[in-house]
Amino acid sequence: MSGSPLELTGARLAYGERVVWSDLDLTLRPGEFLTVLGPNGSGKTSLLRAVLGLAPLDGGRLTILGRPPRRGSRAVGYIPQQRLVDPSTPVRARDLVRLGLDGDRWGLGRRSTRARVDALLAAVGASAYADVPLGMLSGGEQQRVRIAQALGTEPALLLCDEPLLSLDLRHQHEVTALIDAMRRERGTAVVFVTHEINPVLPYTDRVLYLAPAGHAVGAPDEVLTSGRLTALYGTPVDVLRSHGRVVIVGGDDEHHHVEEADA
Amino acid sequence: MTRTALGAQVADDWWTRIVDFSDYGALLGLVQNSLVAAAVLGVVGGLVGVFVMQRDLAFAVHGISELSFAGAAAALLLSLDVMLGAVLGSVVAAVVIGLLGSRARDRNSVIGVLMPFGLGLGVLFLALYPGRAANKFGLLTGQVVAVDSTRLSLFLVIAALVVAALAVMWRPLTFASVDPDVAAARGVPTRALGLAFMLLLGLAVALAVQVVGALLVLSLLITPAAAATRVSASPVVVPVLSVVFAVTSAVGGILLALGGSVPISPYVTTISFLIYVVCRLVGRARTRRGWARRAAPATA
Repeated sequence: MSGSPLELTGARLAYGERVVWSDLDLTLRPGEFLTVLGPNGSGKTSLLRAVLGLAPLDGGRLTILGRPPRRGSRAVGYIPQQRLVDPSTPVRARDLVRLGLDGDRWGLGRRSTRARVDALLAAVGASAYADVPLGMLSGGEQQRVRIAQALGTEPALLLCDEPLLSLDLRHQHEVTALIDAMRRERGTAVVFVTHEINPVLPYTDRVLYLAPAGHAVGAPDEVLTSGRLTALYGTPVDVLRSHGRVVIVGGDDEHHHVEEADA
Repeated sequence: MTRTALGAQVADDWWTRIVDFSDYGALLGLVQNSLVAAAVLGVVGGLVGVFVMQRDLAFAVHGISELSFAGAAAALLLSLDVMLGAVLGSVVAAVVIGLLGSRARDRNSVIGVLMPFGLGLGVLFLALYPGRAANKFGLLTGQVVAVDSTRLSLFLVIAALVVAALAVMWRPLTFASVDPDVAAARGVPTRALGLAFMLLLGLAVALAVQVVGALLVLSLLITPAAAATRVSASPVVVPVLSVVFAVTSAVGGILLALGGSVPISPYVTTISFLIYVVCRLVGRARTRRGWARRAAPATA
């Protein structure tokens, strides 16, 4: 079984009458790092839901390794936003990783997964706190554990839904560097949805920018230009570069990126 | 008689009403059914409680138990089986809460609306009921000999059903409870599991109402699991401890209640509360010593 980890052909998404995006064509290579940018409501999360098989497209084709998306496919790993976990929740780091392996199976489960879980935790550098309750870990540590969880099924495609949100700058860089290392090591393609361009910019192969007046796919330098984004938003947008960082001024996203530049 | 002597005698009466172990052996035979029911309820309550904690459903348990009380009271008034009434009341409540309140905030308001309505209905049915007052009070606060042998078999069947269903959905339900986003992404039917669990919770509440009464259901469905999560985070140790705590509270409560003439519930609730206090203290000491003990200096 081969084929692209993710292929979209003429894909279209609409909420009722309003078309969010259409004519979306994209073929990911194994191990490719795709960063998905765009203002709120531009259909970033809906794209992930479609890939996960949780919501259908309104048109076009979407395939994963040549097959249509399917709920619970082991070919797709998923890393959500960091969520506040109550410290008294009886789940340790290793339990979360294990749930990623066999949490979708019925019954109590007797097959030992311990060696596999240990290996996954070691791969992301989380062995030291394997037995610590999840709620007692820092945000960065939790996201490391989530990366281990998502890699458990050896997916061909890793979906990251704003995994940096609410992390401080140092942890943002650590988490993105870890995701990058994992995809190079394992050849897992990455779809990384984010508001913060700069932490992922060094690793990004291609950008998918979803905007009110259309979308663009291409290398960061091609897509993140004043001309392209002005066309995508339909209002004047300036892309400024300083010390290898990108700051986007204008559009609906202005606030986030200015804030990021200050940090 | 002097004032102090009188005082001493009153205190003495008061004490013998709470603990009096004369004729204990004979009494024990009479409550065999109740002891079996209490032990089984401990197992059910301890297991269900683990998910009640994970899914933050403590308030729902309370709401369901009031509706269960209303169902039981209606059955009493209509001369139907009280257990069936309790089951019907709590299952209806559980399904309504499950359907209308998938998010915590919606759920709490739905429960807040349902609960006084159920309690009011129950009070109405009891007021209309011409029979003995002891039956009425028992529905709210529990009664030690409430479970006769015909009722015991129904009790055991329901309990077996709940435990078996929990065993089947244990892993996906755990996944859906502690990590709903990823569980949904991995194909776990989170919404259906949530509803199924509400049904099981309804059945468990109906069982608990028979033993400890509607007002004190929380002492067997939440306190033991809450105590267990204070001292462990292991997915094996927590349910085991929770069951041990719940069985100890329920059975121990009945054994103590035999020696007095007050209802069983104060004993059950006191034991389960004391276990919780001890677990909290143990847990606090552990956290201070660093529960989050790490094998090596953290790298993250």
